[in-house]
Amino acid sequence: MAYWNDYYTPHTIEEAVEILGRYEGRACMIGGGTDLLLEIQQGHRPRMDALVDPTRIEGLDQIVEEDGWLVIGAGVTHTRIVNDPRMRQHGTCLVESCGVIGGPQVRNVATLAGNIAHALPAGDGTIGTLALGGEVQVAQASGLAWQPMEEIFIGPGQSTVDPKRMLIARIRFRPTGEHEGSAFRRVMRPQGIALPMIGMAARVRLAGEQITEVRIAIGPAAKVPLLAVKTMQALVGQTPSDKTFAAAAETALAEVQLRTSRHRASAAYREEMIRTQLPLTLAKAVERAHTGQAEPEGVGA
Amino acid sequence: MSDLKLQVNGKWVELDVPQSRYLAEVLRYDLGLTGTKIGCNESECGICSVLVNGTPVNSCIYPAFKAQGAAIITIEGLEQDGRLHPLQQAFLDHGAVQCGFCTPGLIMTAKALLDEKAAAKQPVTEHDIKVALKDTYCRCTGYQSVINAILQASGQDVKPYIPKTKAPCQTIGHALPNPDSLAKITGRAMYTDDFVFPGMLYARTKRAGVPHARIRHIETAEAAALPGVRAVLTHADVPGRQNHGLVTVDWPVLCSDKVRYAGDAVAVVAADSEEIAAAALELIKVDYETLPVVDDPIQAGQPDAPIVHEERPDGNLLKHIKVRKGDMAAGFAAADVVVERTYRTPMTEQMFLEPECSIGVPRGYDPTAFGGTIDPAAQRGVQYRHDKTTIYCGTQIPYLDREQTAAALNVPPEQVRIVAALMGGGFGGKEDIAAQIHVALLAERTGRPVKMLYTRAESLLFHPKRHATIIRIKTGAKRDGRLTAVEAELYGDGGAYASLSEKVMTRATTHASGPYDVPHVKVDCYAMYTNNTPCGAFRGFGVTQSCFAVESNMDLVARELGLDPIAFRRINALDVGGTTCTGQVMRESVGLQECIAGVEADMRAHHTALGEAFRWSWSEGRKHYAWGIGIGYKNTGLGGGAPDKASAIVETGVTDGQVWAEVRTSSAEMGQGLPAVLAACAAEELGLPYGQVRVLLGDTDHCPDGGPTTASRQTYVSGNAARHAARTLRARLQQVVADHFGQPVEQWSFADGQFSANGTRAGLVEAIEWAQASGQPTWEEYEYWAPKTQPLGTGGDMHVAFGFGAQAALVEVDDDTGAIKVLKIVGAHDVGRAINPLTLEGQIEGGIIMCLGNALTEHFINEQGQAWTDVMARYKMPSIKHTPEIISRIIEHQTADGPYGAKGIGELSSIPTTPAIVNAIANAVGVRFCSVPVDQDALLLAWKAGETECLCGWGYEH
Ligand SMILES: Cc1cc2nc3c(=O)[nH]c(=O)nc-3n(C[C@H](O)[C@H](O)[C@H](O)COP(=O)(O)OP(=O)(O)OC[C@H]3O[C@@H](n4cnc5c(N)ncnc54)[C@H](O)[C@@H]3O)c2cc1C
Ligand code: FES
Ligand code: FES
Repeated sequence: MAYWNDYYTPHTIEEAVEILGRYEGRACMIGGGTDLLLEIQQGHRPRMDALVDPTRIEGLDQIVEEDGWLVIGAGVTHTRIVNDPRMRQHGTCLVESCGVIGGPQVRNVATLAGNIAHALPAGDGTIGTLALGGEVQVAQASGLAWQPMEEIFIGPGQSTVDPKRMLIARIRFRPTGEHEGSAFRRVMRPQGIALPMIGMAARVRLAGEQITEVRIAIGPAAKVPLLAVKTMQALVGQTPSDKTFAAAAETALAEVQLRTSRHRASAAYREEMIRTQLPLTLAKAVERAHTGQAEPEGVGA
Repeated sequence: MSDLKLQVNGKWVELDVPQSRYLAEVLRYDLGLTGTKIGCNESECGICSVLVNGTPVNSCIYPAFKAQGAAIITIEGLEQDGRLHPLQQAFLDHGAVQCGFCTPGLIMTAKALLDEKAAAKQPVTEHDIKVALKDTYCRCTGYQSVINAILQASGQDVKPYIPKTKAPCQTIGHALPNPDSLAKITGRAMYTDDFVFPGMLYARTKRAGVPHARIRHIETAEAAALPGVRAVLTHADVPGRQNHGLVTVDWPVLCSDKVRYAGDAVAVVAADSEEIAAAALELIKVDYETLPVVDDPIQAGQPDAPIVHEERPDGNLLKHIKVRKGDMAAGFAAADVVVERTYRTPMTEQMFLEPECSIGVPRGYDPTAFGGTIDPAAQRGVQYRHDKTTIYCGTQIPYLDREQTAAALNVPPEQVRIVAALMGGGFGGKEDIAAQIHVALLAERTGRPVKMLYTRAESLLFHPKRHATIIRIKTGAKRDGRLTAVEAELYGDGGAYASLSEKVMTRATTHASGPYDVPHVKVDCYAMYTNNTPCGAFRGFGVTQSCFAVESNMDLVARELGLDPIAFRRINALDVGGTTCTGQVMRESVGLQECIAGVEADMRAHHTALGEAFRWSWSEGRKHYAWGIGIGYKNTGLGGGAPDKASAIVETGVTDGQVWAEVRTSSAEMGQGLPAVLAACAAEELGLPYGQVRVLLGDTDHCPDGGPTTASRQTYVSGNAARHAARTLRARLQQVVADHFGQPVEQWSFADGQFSANGTRAGLVEAIEWAQASGQPTWEEYEYWAPKTQPLGTGGDMHVAFGFGAQAALVEVDDDTGAIKVLKIVGAHDVGRAINPLTLEGQIEGGIIMCLGNALTEHFINEQGQAWTDVMARYKMPSIKHTPEIISRIIEHQTADGPYGAKGIGELSSIPTTPAIVNAIANAVGVRFCSVPVDQDALLLAWKAGETECLCGWGYEH
C-alpha cells in the first residue's frame, strides 16, 4: 500500500491549516520527510492519507530579519541555514548543529522545523536553536502564536505541536550581537547509530570579564531537549576560566538525567563527555564573544 | 493519478502518476532512466542521488510531487553530444568504478560540488570532497580513486595512483579500465532490477520473523484471493528437491515443518504489483509453536542446547576441523614466553550496494502475448530466447544456481538457464541461493516473468554473513624471538544453515597460526549451528577473523619479549623452504619478507619526510598517535583436495575488416575486475589490442562453467582458462596459415598479431577468414585444472598458492572522547604478478577500507536470534570521510602455474588491516581490544580507569 495518497504543496499558511483540518488527523506536515517517511516506511507510525509540504508557502522558504529577530521559515533547509552569512555570524551554534545533520543530500531537503517538530531530546538543530533562545510560531485553526521553544516539548518525540493539526510556521531567535557568541559540539560514534551520543550548545554574553547572560542546551540529558537552567544561573556573574567551566560541568552533571542507551552510549561515557565537552563548548562561545569572530566549525563533519 | 511536470535532463516530461510516487520510482520505472540506482530506500547510502534544480537529493525518499516543475539531472544527462563529462572520464581513468552500482550517485553528488565550486570560482579540495560525498557510499573502491578522480575532473593535474610493478608485456601489466566500466559511468549498465519484461509480475517472500519454531499450519487462502495476486506457493509446491545448499543440502526452498532463523522463507507470492504482493504477505497466516533459541556457538555445543537440525547426528556441531603439527608439549616446553588470550569477532555484513534481485522467465515465454516486445537496445549481448526456464540475476556461481534450481524444479540442469546480470557487489554474499528458485517456481506456475527484488531490510535479514567467532589462542616463543608453538580453539557461529561454513571455518583454522613457520601447532575449530542468520562467504573467508587473533597475540608476545613487533615477525615469517601448519612446504612465490620490509620502509619514510626519526607512538596536545602492524596470507583457489577447474571459450571473428575476440565463461564479475583480467589474457595471447576483446560472463547457455567466484580463484583459474584457450586457438590459426601456404607449421611463428615464416606474413584477419573458409572453428574452449591439492590432515600441498601481505596503520585517538581516526595505511601485497595494476590497486584499496570497517564500525547485531541490525542505518560501513591516505606497494613473486605468475588478491588486502588498526590503538593509549569493532565508549572508560584490555567491542552484550 502507498505510504500516502495525496501530496499538497499549499501556497499559504491558512491553506495548509485548512487541509490538515479537512483530513481530520489523516494528514500530516512534511518537511524533507527524512524522519517522517522513514518512520512510516519502517512501520513506526501509521501511513497518511495526505502529506502537507510547507516549502512552497510564500515567505516560509526564506530567512528574514524582522524587528530584531532572525526568522527562519518552515521551508528552510539545513543547507540554507548553513550557507546564510547572517546565520553564520549571529547564530553560529545553530549553523554548527544543522551542519552536522546527515549528509548533504539530507541537509538539502530536511528542515529545521522538521527537526524541532520531531522533538527528539538530542535533535541537533533543536539543541542549537534552544541554546539561542529560539521561539516557534505555531499555526493552527485558531491562528498564529509565538512560543518559547522549550515550552513545546513534552517527552521523547512528543511536543504540543501536533503535525496532524498544526504546523510550525516559523522559528526565530535574537541574533547574537556585540560581546556575544555561541558554539555547538557533539560526540558521535561511527557505528550504526544516527543519533549523537551527546550534543550541547551554549550562547553567552560578556560584559568586560563577566558572563552576564548564558544559555546552555544539552541532549540527550533528559526526556526533552534540556535547557540547563541551574548551570546557566550558576554561570551568570562568573569570570570565564577553565575552573569556571569545569565547575559548570559539575553543576550540569547535577541537573542532567543521563541514561545508558543501548548500543549508543553509556551513562558513564555521557557523564565524561559533559565533563570534557561542555567546558570546550563554553570556551568557544566565550572566545567568539570576545573576538567577534564566528567562523562555524565542523560543518559537514 | 495526477499530472507531474518535470524537466528531466533538459527535456520537459508530463506524467500521469499517483501522488505517492517517489522521484526514484518515477525516474526508474516510469521514465526508464535506470541509471539511477536504489541501494537502501532509506536515505542512507546516497547512491540514488540526482540533482533537483542543481542540488543533490536522495531520490529514493524524495516525493516526486515535491519536485513539481523542477529541473532534474540524472546520470543519463551528463554526456554532451556523445562526449563524456569530465567526471565520467576521470572515474574511468582512475579506476574509480568497480561494481558500478554506486557510481551514478557518486558522480551526481560530485557534479553538484564541481558546479558549486566553479560558480564560486574556488578550487575543489580533498576536504570539500569528503564533506560533499560523506553520505554517498561505495563498498568497492575504498574512495581514494574516487577522490583523485574528482580532483582531476575539477581541472587539477592528478594522476591515477598506481604502484610500481614489473615491466609490462604487450597487454599484461598495463593499467587499463575494466571493459564494462564505460556502461557503468553512463548509466547504461544493466543490473537485474533494470530489466523489465512485458507481462512481468512482482514477487515477495513471507519470512518467518521468529528464529526457531515448529510450523503447525500455513494458511494462504486469503492471500491467494486478494485481487491481483497470481500465485502463492509453499513447500507443497516445490516439485523437486526440497532443500538447497552449496555444500550440505540443508536449506529449505520453502520451510515445511520448522523455521530455524528469522529470515527463513515460508511462502512466496507473485502479484500484479509489488504493493499487492506485499499486502498479500500480511494475509498469509502461519501458526507457529515457538521453540527455545540457541544464539551463541559455545552455548550451541552444550548438552542442553536447543537443536537446530534434529536429524543431524552431532547435535549442533556442523563440523569439527583440526590442524595438527608437531608436539605441543615440546613446543610449549621450549617456550620462554607464553601468551594466551580469547578474542571475539562479530557477525558482519557484506553490504553490497545492490540488494538481491532475480527475475524468472518461464519456458516458452512470448512477450508479444503480453502486448510487448523486448527492447533490442537493452540487449547488451544477452540473447533473449526463452526456450527454457531462465533466471536473470546477480550471482557468484551461475552453474550452481542452475543445478540447485533444476533440482528444485525436478528437471535436468540443461533445462534451466542462468543469465548473470551485472552485479552491484557480492563479496561472498551472493554465492548462496537467494530468490533464484522462488522466481523460477513462480514463473512456471504463472506463465509470466516474475521479478523478486529484496528490500534492504530483507537482504539484511536473509543472506549469509561473516561468521562471528570466539578464538582462544596461545602463542609460545623463545627469548630469541622464534615461535615455538601455537594452540588455538575456534568457535564459529554458522547460523541456521550450513552454507559455506565448513569451508570458511576450515580456512580460519588452517590460517590460525598466521603466515609463520611454527614448529608445533594444534588448532581445533567448531563450526556450530545456531538460530542466527546463516554465515557463509565474505571476503577473507574466515582468515579475517583468525588473523585478528593471531596478530593481536603476536604483538603481545613481542611486548613480553621486548622485541620490535616488526623484527619479531620477520624472524618467523614464512619464506621459501618454510612449512605451513598444515604441512605444506613452500617451494616458491613467498614474498612476505619483502612485504614486511616494504611496509617498514614506508613507515620510516613517513617520518623522514617530516624530518624526524621513526617512532611507534607519540602524543601531541590532546591527541595520541601510534603505528600498528598486521601481516597475513590467504590461499588462492579452493584447495584442500577439491577439484579446482574453470572453462573458458575464446572466439575470434572479423567484422568490418577488424578482428575481435570474445572470452566467455560463467565466472562472476562483482566489481573485482575479472573482465579486465580475462580480456588482457586473451589480448596478450592473440596479439590483439585490449579494446578489441569483449567478455561475456555468466550466461550458462553461452558460457562454460568457470566454477564459483570465491577463494580469490578466478584470476588464477579462469585467467588460465582464457589464456590457454587463446593460445590453443592461436596455434590452430597458425596451422591454418601454414596449411594455406603449404608449409610445415613449425616454421611459423607469431608476434605482434602476425604470423610469419621465411619472410612470408599473414595477419589474424586472413588467418580467421581462411579458417572460416576451410570450415575450421574460430573458437576454442579450454578447461583449466589447477594443480592437484591435498585434503587437510594429509600433509603436502593443501593450496596451489598463497598471497601474502603486510600492512601498518597510523591512528589518532582523541583524549577527550576516545574517538579513533585512521590517518594512514601503508600496505605491501605479494600478488604474484600484477595483470592489471589499475584494477589490482582498486582491489587493494577497497579491501583495506572494508577491513577498516571490520575494525572500527561494523557489527551485524543479532539478539536472541532477532536482528537488531534491521536497516542499513544501523550498519555503518566506512564512508569517504573514514578514508585514510593509502600507500601501496605491489610485490611480485610469481607463481609457476598462475597466469603470467599471478595469484589471487581479492581477499588478501582485507585481512591484515584489522589487527594493524587494533595494534595501533593499543600502542597509542595502552588499551588492547580483544574484540572488534573497537568501541570509543568502552575504550575511553577503560583507559581512564587504567585498564589495559577490553574484552567487548561495540554491540556485544556486556
Ligand atoms: C541519514 C540521516 C541522517 C540523519 N542525521 C541526523 C543528525 O545527525 N541529527 C539530527 O538531529 N537528525 C538527523 N536526521 C534526522 C532528520 O534528518 C532531521 O531530524 C531533520 O531535520 C528532519 O527534518 P525534515 O524536514 O526532514 O522532517 P520530516 O521528516 O519532514 O518531519 C519530521 C516530523 O516533523 C513534522 N513536521 C515537519 N515539518 C513540520 C512543520 N513545519 N510543522 C509541524 N510539524 C512538522 C513531521 O510531521 C514529522 O512528524 C538524519 C536523518 C537521516 C535520514
Ligand atoms: S539513499 Fe536512496 S537508495 Fe540509499
Ligand atoms: S563500485 Fe562503489 S559500490 Fe561497487
